[in-house]
Amino acid sequence: MPIHTRSSHDGQILIISIDGRFDFSTHQAFRDAYEHGGKDVDGYIVDLSDATYLDSSALGMLLLLRDYAGGDNANIAIENCNNDVRKILTISNFEQLFTIR
Amino acid sequence: MDESAAESGPLNILIADDNDSDRLILKTLLKRLGHDVLDAANGEEAVALFRSKGPDIVLLDVLMPGMDGMEAARQIKELAAERLVPLIFITSLTEVEALAKCLEAGGDGFLSKPYNRVMIKAKINAFNRMRLMHQALSDQRDLMLARNRQLLEEQHVARRVFDNVAHTGCLNAANIRYHASPLSVFSGDVLFASPRPAGGMLVFAGDFTGHGLPAAIGAMPIAETFYGMASKGFNGSDILREINQKLVRILPKDMFCCAVMVEADFGLNQLNVWNGGLPDTWLIRSSSERFILPSLHLPLGILSAEQFSAEMEIVRSLPGDRLLLMTDGVLECANGEGQLFGEQGVRLAVESAGAEGHPFDALMAGIQRFTGHQKFGDDLTLFCLEMVDEAGLTVLPDNTAPSTLAGPTQWKCVYEVQGRTLEEFNPLPLLLHICMEVPGLRRKSGEIYTLLSELYNNALEHGVLELPSEWKYTSEGFNRYYSERTSRLGTVSNHYIRFNFHHEPMHWGGRLSVVCEDSGRGFDFQSHPVLQSTEMAQSGPRYGGRGLALLKRLTESIRFHEQGNRVEIVYDWYL
Repeated sequence: MPIHTRSSHDGQILIISIDGRFDFSTHQAFRDAYEHGGKDVDGYIVDLSDATYLDSSALGMLLLLRDYAGGDNANIAIENCNNDVRKILTISNFEQLFTIR
Repeated sequence: MDESAAESGPLNILIADDNDSDRLILKTLLKRLGHDVLDAANGEEAVALFRSKGPDIVLLDVLMPGMDGMEAARQIKELAAERLVPLIFITSLTEVEALAKCLEAGGDGFLSKPYNRVMIKAKINAFNRMRLMHQALSDQRDLMLARNRQLLEEQHVARRVFDNVAHTGCLNAANIRYHASPLSVFSGDVLFASPRPAGGMLVFAGDFTGHGLPAAIGAMPIAETFYGMASKGFNGSDILREINQKLVRILPKDMFCCAVMVEADFGLNQLNVWNGGLPDTWLIRSSSERFILPSLHLPLGILSAEQFSAEMEIVRSLPGDRLLLMTDGVLECANGEGQLFGEQGVRLAVESAGAEGHPFDALMAGIQRFTGHQKFGDDLTLFCLEMVDEAGLTVLPDNTAPSTLAGPTQWKCVYEVQGRTLEEFNPLPLLLHICMEVPGLRRKSGEIYTLLSELYNNALEHGVLELPSEWKYTSEGFNRYYSERTSRLGTVSNHYIRFNFHHEPMHWGGRLSVVCEDSGRGFDFQSHPVLQSTEMAQSGPRYGGRGLALLKRLTESIRFHEQGNRVEIVYDWYL
């Protein structure tokens, strides 16, 4: 599975890790990951330490997550991006929508 | 009928054997299994029967007088072409080399003599499964080919419809170079360019997430909005706001459009650029100085109208400067080793152009060298705009269809923009629209727009905001001008700009009088050099002077009143 999820100790933060290519092929798995995250979740961390690549459909999926998590009130951090991934997020100015660390 | 044939229906089986009794035994066996049997005594007969009856499976004896089994197999396989007809050799040979030759001749398997009923039944069934699977695959492939052909035809038709909405605008102007795939709209790229009513150009390049139909459907309203608004005199920011709002409304949440909008003013020598999500736009000066305009905004179709910023970067330019913009496809060009062209590739290519070369050619050549293909770029868009003297630019034909409706010819209208509205609203498209209702005046939309925008901008920037036009002529002052403009716009609450229109029909056509009055302190028009002189040549290149000189040239008369905050022009048009 290229997508793993785990919860923080208090169950309020859902951590979604993506392994390998984050593109259209992970669409359903990514969606399942946050939709089945549990009802106590009020924040998300998308961990990209093991993501090698991200395309525009992945950006679309991040937007879907943001919408699911409350749109402008969503609490989502994107963590540990490699340089290529970071570059794509920067060109699209996604730091205006997500906390990128 | 035997139960095995019931499984798959009776097959039409061709057998060839020169031994009459062996042939009869086999024929009887197969008939008992429920199949229809054609029999031949040698190779020639077998080939002839194959040609005329097209059996499903062929059983061939290897050794026959005349044409032997091997040759018959070769000919039968050739006749069968793409159809898979399982070909089984009946043989008592056991020598490996001889058996291999049978396979090379086109055989699919063997059946050894003497015949064994169980074995024959199993083999026939096994080969029949293979035949059916092949048949199913071929049918599916044919269906897919047919569907694909149909899809391509539909795309071509859709493309023609799309082209009527999203025509190429002024992409063929002499100062524009571009590369866009003919079907690029289905790869998600769009490229539009439109002349502005008062001169200058607007360019829009976009790249949708996703491909195919959804991208093309998203592109349609963009084209409509862009061309519709550009011809009515809206500026780049207005159009961006409108497109963004439209896309937010119609696109699903995970779709958006990375874009660059360019507003080129050849008279002011100014470029306004907005980049949301596309790769760096390059400005290459005629002095070969280069700098980049990176993406500073989120793509279109994500942010709500309140959050969206359509603020463009303002860049001074000179004739000969070139602006180069591109979609992702350029960076994602790959070579044989799977490496990407990337930002580095773009940089090297642009730098290789030197002072003489054209950056567009240099980049196209760079991509070609890198990918090693002559044909590339089905999903990339590359565009280059050169700043020119507007006079040198061929005037593009006005392709707006004349209205068949009778319109107003005798009317008056007062329109006053007040307070905070001055800060956030551009009234020019609306005012132009009112004037364009007059039949016959529509052909003059460029001149009317120029008049209105000169009047309005003078009233706003010099009258209300008291910005000195000479600031614009140094690069320091240029930035100061625009930052002051923005901050002073925040303090206009007690100000107004008022337009008085009066149109009346004349035997030669019509006369439009416009009085523009502002709440500013005015200026010393008595001693302004442009207003004093009758010679255009003395007006010099200064913007303030240039604007007034333009008004003077286009109108019958221009008069200032009060302390210079009220200007009256008379414009005559001819049938």
